[in-house]
Amino acid sequence: MGIEARNITKTFGTFTALRDVSLSVATGELVALLGPSGSGKTTLLRIIAGLEEPDSGSGAILFHDEDVARRRVGSRQVGFVFQHYALFRHMTVFENVAFGLRVRPKAHRPGRNLIKYKVMRLLKLVQLENMAHRYPHQLSGGQRQRVALARALAIEPKVLLLDEPFGALDAKVRQELRQWLRRLHDEIHLTSVFVTHDQDEALELADRVLVMNEGRIEQIGTPDEVFHRPTTEFVVQFLGQVNFFHGRLEGGKVHFATLAMESPEHAGAPTQAARVFIRPHQLDIGVERSDQPALEAVVLRIHSAGPNVRLELQAKSGERLHAELTQDRYRKLGISTGSTVYVTPREVKVFAEKT
Amino acid sequence: MALKQRSVLPGFGLTMGCTLSYLSLLVLIPLASLFLKSASMSWTDFWATVTDPETLGAIKLSFGASLAAATINAIFGLIVAWTLVRYSFVGKKFIDAVVDLPFAMPTAVSGIALAQLYSTEGWIGRWLAPYGIEITYSRWGVMVALTFIGLPFVVRTLQPALEDLDIEVEEAAASLGATRWQTAWRVILPTILPALLTGFALAFARALGEYGSVIFLSNKWEKVIPMLIFTKLEQYEFADAAAIAVVTLVASFIVLLFINLTQWWSRRYAA
Repeated sequence: MGIEARNITKTFGTFTALRDVSLSVATGELVALLGPSGSGKTTLLRIIAGLEEPDSGSGAILFHDEDVARRRVGSRQVGFVFQHYALFRHMTVFENVAFGLRVRPKAHRPGRNLIKYKVMRLLKLVQLENMAHRYPHQLSGGQRQRVALARALAIEPKVLLLDEPFGALDAKVRQELRQWLRRLHDEIHLTSVFVTHDQDEALELADRVLVMNEGRIEQIGTPDEVFHRPTTEFVVQFLGQVNFFHGRLEGGKVHFATLAMESPEHAGAPTQAARVFIRPHQLDIGVERSDQPALEAVVLRIHSAGPNVRLELQAKSGERLHAELTQDRYRKLGISTGSTVYVTPREVKVFAEKT
Repeated sequence: MALKQRSVLPGFGLTMGCTLSYLSLLVLIPLASLFLKSASMSWTDFWATVTDPETLGAIKLSFGASLAAATINAIFGLIVAWTLVRYSFVGKKFIDAVVDLPFAMPTAVSGIALAQLYSTEGWIGRWLAPYGIEITYSRWGVMVALTFIGLPFVVRTLQPALEDLDIEVEEAAASLGATRWQTAWRVILPTILPALLTGFALAFARALGEYGSVIFLSNKWEKVIPMLIFTKLEQYEFADAAAIAVVTLVASFIVLLFINLTQWWSRRYAA
């Protein structure tokens, strides 16, 4: 295991940030901690790094099967990347990256030439070789974050921890840096954990995603698993837009609005209230009533700028719906604002109402 | 070339006019008259006055004690400011207010208080007297008084700089393996150096001009410059007084220029 943290609890005064959370990351894996603000994801990352102490009674923290829970942050050999870069602004890019090498105890400190060699190799890795003598304020946000990354890598860390690494960047740079980081990870295979509140970022970048809410882990899985097979309502709602209905489970079927659909996973369940979720792209839109059971709805708004067309619909039964369809399909339907359409769900996600 | 950028909002003429008249009346004209007064002396007289042992002694004492006082304040003021900014404790507001006292008190009052405290019978002085250390009525007394009045300048200029310090930067240094000392020396100190130098310069300038409290702690053989100038005036030696003032002025200008250059250098990375 690259990183293991067992039964971590953390309270700040009366606020519980983490409730008995355990996590394991395989060696060389890139894991995302995904959750809304206040979900405890950053606290968990900082505890792994040693920047925060867990409550007493929390379990071990292991890096590559070695317990580091009692070690201070400086001797854990973690590369930590901060959301706002936290660069040393009075030092050049070169000196920033060299810092971790220069502060080593004399016996382990590399010589001047070796430091230069190592720093330049890292700057090449983050594509900033010709920026070595600039100061941080002379760089763009994306460049600064790459310097921060090179600085973290300079100490040859056992694990790499990134706290919202793209949080302070604008959309385009974010996208580029995200893909670049994934390529970099595939190259150096360092066990890495990053924190994000952006589901696209987590799903695109990570090998596995850990969805957190209110100090607990909601689900751990590959991006595919958490997106297509969410195990909790929170995960369904957090990972993208979703249509919600109050419904009822009865005899293996779920009834909601004017529809009834098979719900095989609740086959043996007793009759009870249920909560029904449908993703916008799981709604089929037609302009003519077919033999399929469908919801009749009126088109309120059409957003057609984008790879897909998004529709806002008002169902006859009262619900406001969001649907998504391809540009092709949209053109074939020939609908406009005010048109009446028939909506058929392809797939629904049903949770029995908690009692 | 236009002297200023055109702006749609008026007000430049009026404010600039006020600024120039005010500065002329208060600063430039008095200084110019000082130079004029000393210019009434012949060069030999001028030279004789400023190289007089009494004058040289006063210049040495004034600059030496002021630099020493500013240095002490830079070190301890930094610790005071750090404590006030970084930690919360009972009585913090009180201590914060105490820092301003040397600023707010009439200097004569602080002079008397210090003279009492450090005299051979005073609370502190009596413990030092057996070792032959006499603070009052000596150059050490001068230094104590100058240190006292300079403290608020260092603390008050450092506080905002320390509040601006990003805790993440210290965490970054720690995660890279730096010890607390290495972080303080290599990361924190260079970041606050410009503010520290400003505080140092202000404390130094303030000490150089101090008169009110020093007279209670000095003696008539070891005078600071303001005391010497006052003595000269009492003896109606106006030109001599002006000559000493001019030399002091030039010297302090050079010192402050040097501090400013250091400050500019320490800020070279700033945006």
